[in-house]
Amino acid sequence: MNNDNNTIIDLPDQATARIPQPNFISKENGLMSWLLTGDHKRIAILYLISITFFFFIGGALAGLIRLELLTPQADLMATDTYNKVFTMHGIIMIFLFLVPSVPATLGNFFIPMMIGAKDLALPKVNLLSWYLYMTGGILALYAMITGGVDTGWTFTTPLSTHYVNTNVITTGFAIFVAGFSSIFTGLNFIVTIHKMRAPGMTWFRLPLFVWAHYAASILMVLGTPVLAIAIVLVMLERAFGIGVFDPAKGGDPLLFQHLFWFYSHPAVYIMILPGMGVISEVISTFSRKRIFGYTAVAFSSVAIAVFGFFVWAHHMFIMGISNYAVLVFSLLTMLVAVPSAIKIFNWTFTLYKGSITFETPMLYAFGFMGLFTIGGMTGVFLGASGTDIHLTETYFIVAHFHFVMVGGMLMAFLAGIHFWWPKMTGRMYPEKISQLAAVVTFIGFNLTFFPQFILGVLGMPRRYASYPPEFQVLNVFSTAGATILGVGYLLPVLYLIWSLKYGAIAGSNPWQATGLEWQTQSPPLTENFVVMPVMDHEAYDYEWLESQKAKEVASAG
Amino acid sequence: MSEETKHAEQEHHIVGPGVYVVIFLALLVGTALTVWASFLELGPWNPIIALAIATAKATLVVLFFMHVKYSTKLTKLTVFAGIFTFMILVSMTLADYISRAWGSW
Amino acid sequence: MPDNSAIAHGAQESVSAANNANGANSAHPEHPPYLRHHFESVEQQADTTNFAMWLFLLTEVMFFGGLFTAYLIYRNWYYPAFVAGSHQLNVIWGTLNTVVLIGSSFTMAMGVWCAETRRRRGLVLSLSLTFVLGLCFLGIKSIEYHEKWEKHHVPGAHYSLQSFVDPQSDPEVFKEYHDKALMPDMARHTEIYFSLYFAMTGMHALHMIIGIGILAFMIYRARAGAYTSGHVTFVENFGLYWHFVDIIWIYLFALLYLISRHQ
Repeated sequence: MNNDNNTIIDLPDQATARIPQPNFISKENGLMSWLLTGDHKRIAILYLISITFFFFIGGALAGLIRLELLTPQADLMATDTYNKVFTMHGIIMIFLFLVPSVPATLGNFFIPMMIGAKDLALPKVNLLSWYLYMTGGILALYAMITGGVDTGWTFTTPLSTHYVNTNVITTGFAIFVAGFSSIFTGLNFIVTIHKMRAPGMTWFRLPLFVWAHYAASILMVLGTPVLAIAIVLVMLERAFGIGVFDPAKGGDPLLFQHLFWFYSHPAVYIMILPGMGVISEVISTFSRKRIFGYTAVAFSSVAIAVFGFFVWAHHMFIMGISNYAVLVFSLLTMLVAVPSAIKIFNWTFTLYKGSITFETPMLYAFGFMGLFTIGGMTGVFLGASGTDIHLTETYFIVAHFHFVMVGGMLMAFLAGIHFWWPKMTGRMYPEKISQLAAVVTFIGFNLTFFPQFILGVLGMPRRYASYPPEFQVLNVFSTAGATILGVGYLLPVLYLIWSLKYGAIAGSNPWQATGLEWQTQSPPLTENFVVMPVMDHEAYDYEWLESQKAKEVASAG
Repeated sequence: MSEETKHAEQEHHIVGPGVYVVIFLALLVGTALTVWASFLELGPWNPIIALAIATAKATLVVLFFMHVKYSTKLTKLTVFAGIFTFMILVSMTLADYISRAWGSW
Repeated sequence: MPDNSAIAHGAQESVSAANNANGANSAHPEHPPYLRHHFESVEQQADTTNFAMWLFLLTEVMFFGGLFTAYLIYRNWYYPAFVAGSHQLNVIWGTLNTVVLIGSSFTMAMGVWCAETRRRRGLVLSLSLTFVLGLCFLGIKSIEYHEKWEKHHVPGAHYSLQSFVDPQSDPEVFKEYHDKALMPDMARHTEIYFSLYFAMTGMHALHMIIGIGILAFMIYRARAGAYTSGHVTFVENFGLYWHFVDIIWIYLFALLYLISRHQ
């Protein structure tokens, strides 16, 4: 029992503790038992390895971008190559990293456990999702190696259909395939959450992580198919010249953008909602308090999902849509910020009068709250069409989305990985170096991206390999920050792998957290639970946890 | 097996051939009607009538062939969610195109 | 949500499943062989897979939705071109196809009823009729596509505006509709009409082909009695898919073929 006030970590006696056998990792051996598994936990690990792989490729491309932008001239690579680098960076980071990051790893692993089920509703579809993801990913890499694509991740027509000579069709097809991976994951989650909850697990006893994934899954299921058809039309236009986006034949290039952004705006909520789910869990655990306004946070997740469908044309304010459309979409964009803000307020009120400790997941969560707030607020600035006209297509946009996606989502992902690492592997990661990595990441991030807000306001356009010399100083800061950020991301890979062999044995509940997943062994059994749990308490019920412990002590004695 | 009888009684209202025959005939009538209507000169009403008849036919298929009339609230909500999202896509995109013709302000 | 008695049953189930090597799909004394072990009951499994199929159909609605959006926009912009293009489609073939597909929906619904009431021969017959009608549909479609190819109305390199700038060069259609000649720029927009025609009916036909393939598999399994011993979910869920494909065609027919057939 750890009575140290500075931490809530509670590990078993290391002299006698062992990794429990059997567990889902040791149950079956051999490559085929992993490649043909139906176990949601194994599929989650497969995803974790693959997205980490793609993350570092995307990161290397980011490194190339920042290297080029050290100097005002386009002197490191040809401008066409630079276009390919930032395009592939965007495609890999968005479709192959951010979209599946939390849902496919932590969501896959923990949703069944959190609701008291033995697996997701459709295990074979889950495995199919991973194979579709890998197929899409490998195709994207193939496209990159055999010439790349330079349209920007947004594939804007008519550039992508009529003016470039690069692997648009291959890359488009890769994203098409990866999109179905996302659709099937979302479909699986919705069905599971509706139909597989344990007795007593009512909707309002679910962890907010589950609510967040439910909302994100609605977006995945309803939004991604529209991206699919947009890509199909681009491929047909390129291959056969059907004319649907070709002004010479009467087509409207803007139609592509409507279809593309109809998905891609909800996509940003697909990316952030699961991260917000992680933050709810982490903030509750490390303040030892129920999330303030559980119902508000739950409903705000769904509200973000619903409103997220109404605002897509705020990406198109300068593209030629009517002024009336600009007006309506700008107003609606103001609305969609409200549920996100509600969450931030509720998390803050959770912290108030909580018993706060600063383990690594909590450090990342604090980072999230600050950086996501800045990113989200700048989103409101951009949602106002008057300011957007000046700031769009500048580095302000780049800074905005990196704040929400990297400062927000990626930090939430790291928070989740660290929070659930002991449950997934049975081992604790080394706390000191991980706290150092979190701080390094935070510093590196701010140094990289804050100057970009200033650059944007000063007028530096995005997607250019060269820029006016007066912008160099800020660009140098940004590149320096990127180097530090790289270190911050590399450290976890190293120490997490280290911890697999040398980390402390974690036991079933090192954080003394509520939630059904913490009531089982670490790593869990293949079937999660030996006996189906019956849920008889509310979510985040720390009193219930205390009474469980008291019962344990009583019965052990 | 108690499981199966429960399965048969609770959720599983078995729709009989009689209903299917009636719906099938109704769909054929609808088809004939919509083809006939397309040969009439009704100005702006032509597309409206065509879509209305198509929607009526689709509704019959959804309610009876796809058993939604006898399904749970969840199924009905799911169907509604799909239609709603589709309507958002169509209507808000079309709103842009239509309002372009109104001029700058 | 499953009721508690099913869960108590399931609890014993999961203990025995935990002890069961590999959880293979063998029949235990307590439940039928087609019950997957992560489900507590047959009812939960049927309910869940049904809901999953509905969600999949939602994704299809949104997928086709993009095409319908494009169609509605361009029909609004280029109405004369769309009328002229639509006159190039044979309304008899189209109506016949609609009747064929509605018929196949009927036979599919009958198939579901046969599965539910354990009529093995009835099920095989219904599925076979559905299969045949599906093939009929595709056959008629390929006749139509071939005709379009012959008349150079397939978008791309070989597209020809001849029939639209000079309607009298196309006597069969001119006889029926006496279309006026289109201005060259409006005539060019007929290519968009045909792009959407091929994209939408082509995507629909692709879904039909997949459905027919699954039907072939189902007929083979139905003959062995796989769906007439209480496990009807596969047939039911496929039925949902097939009816959905029918609904898409109902709208395609109205929008593509029936734009304005009056003189």
